[in-house]
Amino acid sequence: MTGLTRRRFLIGSTFGASALALTGCVLEQNAEVGAVIRSAEKLTMKAQRLLLGRGALAREFSEADISPSFRVNGTSAPDGEEYAQLVEDKFASWRLKIDGLVDRPRELSIEDLKRLPARSQITRHDCVEGWSAIGKWTGVPLGILLSSVGLKPSARYAVFHCADELEKTLDGSGRYYESIDLIDAFHPQTILAYAMNNQDLSVGHGAPLRLRVERQLGYKQAKYIMRIEIVDNFAGLWGGNGGYWEDRGYEWYAGI
Amino acid sequence: MNEGLRNSQPTPRRRTILIRRHSVVTRLTHWLNVLCLSFLLLSGLQIFNAYPQLHWGQYGADADPAFLKIGASESNGEPHGFIKIGGVSVPTTGVLGLSKMEGEWTPRAFPAWLTLPSYQDLAAGRRWHFFFAWVFVVNGLVYLGYGLLSRHFRRDLAPNRHELAPRHLWREMIDHARLRFPTGEQARRYNALQKLTYIVVIAALLPLMVLTGLAMSPGVDAAFPVLLDIFGGRQSARTLHFITATLLVLFVVVHVAMVILSGPWNNMRSMVTGRYAIRQKAPDA
Repeated sequence: MTGLTRRRFLIGSTFGASALALTGCVLEQNAEVGAVIRSAEKLTMKAQRLLLGRGALAREFSEADISPSFRVNGTSAPDGEEYAQLVEDKFASWRLKIDGLVDRPRELSIEDLKRLPARSQITRHDCVEGWSAIGKWTGVPLGILLSSVGLKPSARYAVFHCADELEKTLDGSGRYYESIDLIDAFHPQTILAYAMNNQDLSVGHGAPLRLRVERQLGYKQAKYIMRIEIVDNFAGLWGGNGGYWEDRGYEWYAGI
Repeated sequence: MNEGLRNSQPTPRRRTILIRRHSVVTRLTHWLNVLCLSFLLLSGLQIFNAYPQLHWGQYGADADPAFLKIGASESNGEPHGFIKIGGVSVPTTGVLGLSKMEGEWTPRAFPAWLTLPSYQDLAAGRRWHFFFAWVFVVNGLVYLGYGLLSRHFRRDLAPNRHELAPRHLWREMIDHARLRFPTGEQARRYNALQKLTYIVVIAALLPLMVLTGLAMSPGVDAAFPVLLDIFGGRQSARTLHFITATLLVLFVVVHVAMVILSGPWNNMRSMVTGRYAIRQKAPDA
């Protein structure tokens, strides 16, 4: 009796789980259900903004806490002649362009960036997949750079255009890009890092420059930054969702 | 409830009366919780599959020691699935690590029939997970508020001193093991084991799911760094999230088994309509 019940229960729950999974897949293909499910992201962002405020800092760790081996996230080395050339000349000819809705567009070399006030922080990197690694990042607070170019009143987001192509496509839509809003852009821990663990950024970790936006997940930490464009919306950018992974279904606000 | 029955003719037969067992709030939040936890479990396993290892501490990635790992490897040209906890590896081919997807052997931690969606899609899994996490939290708060205000917790869940006596608990355990469940007047109330189990689930396991989940959020960690101190780091929180989910699954298995063994029809009716049948012994007179 008990055996039969148990077996029945197991069979029943297996069917139940499969039915639920199947229902889920079918349901999400319905546009309205998809929209309801997606609405949770806005709620999460509003709740986090309310709880975090503008200034709450991500925890900073000590040198002793640094991961012995920091896993590379995303691209490990961008393809292409152009980037290979940059690596060849140790990024001497690389320039960071800042343009878009700014008063004074600028181009900076890595040496220019290193002359600006720097911030170092030992923080935890959280990949959307679930792993974490702790590393020390040194770079220029993004807020300083954005103030220096003067944002136009309509400015709302900073878009980071990167050198790596994660997916090979004919139209270039596989190129990595990311975006954050001005609250995160002016957060004191949001820096453009040129060094990791006291050494120049390696190719694996985004040489010559990567973003650190410490209150969000790993895919927001754009690597191989070539250009920062200030915009008022993402409509004209590739998939229109504000980032490479965002165009592939991931949340734009990656706070959880 | 049974006022009307008191004056009726005493008969030597047993009488069945229906009592009001579960309030409408308890019933609604219970079934909504079933829905939420089902979606949360299946989408949670989808998320786990994106990185099927668990660590302890602040950080943890492939190169760091894993507390638990589900994977696939090859030996003698044959692929096989395994789960490794600490230093012990158990073969799980067909279910964990390596399972069939549309007839093809596929390396994936949890099999397709246990994940939402069935195919690998972390983004979709996250969307389902966080949507139902919100519903679960709001539903839980409604239940907690109701339980306190209506005195449901104090009246129905708090065990009294007599019930907590070791001798009494021991007897209930023996009775449960023999599948002898309370009848008659005693069935009006939850027994002590039931009360204690429900309290552990409501006051410990379910809140722990939410808190360990929140401790994995880099945003929430910035607002409440104390979460990292309580759980010993983000990777510890992820491990505890998984362990607590496992305990909840075990609870559900036992809970459903008890529902079936102690009268499935009566139990289901009480959780759907609120009415629970009790067989009263005939008066001695």
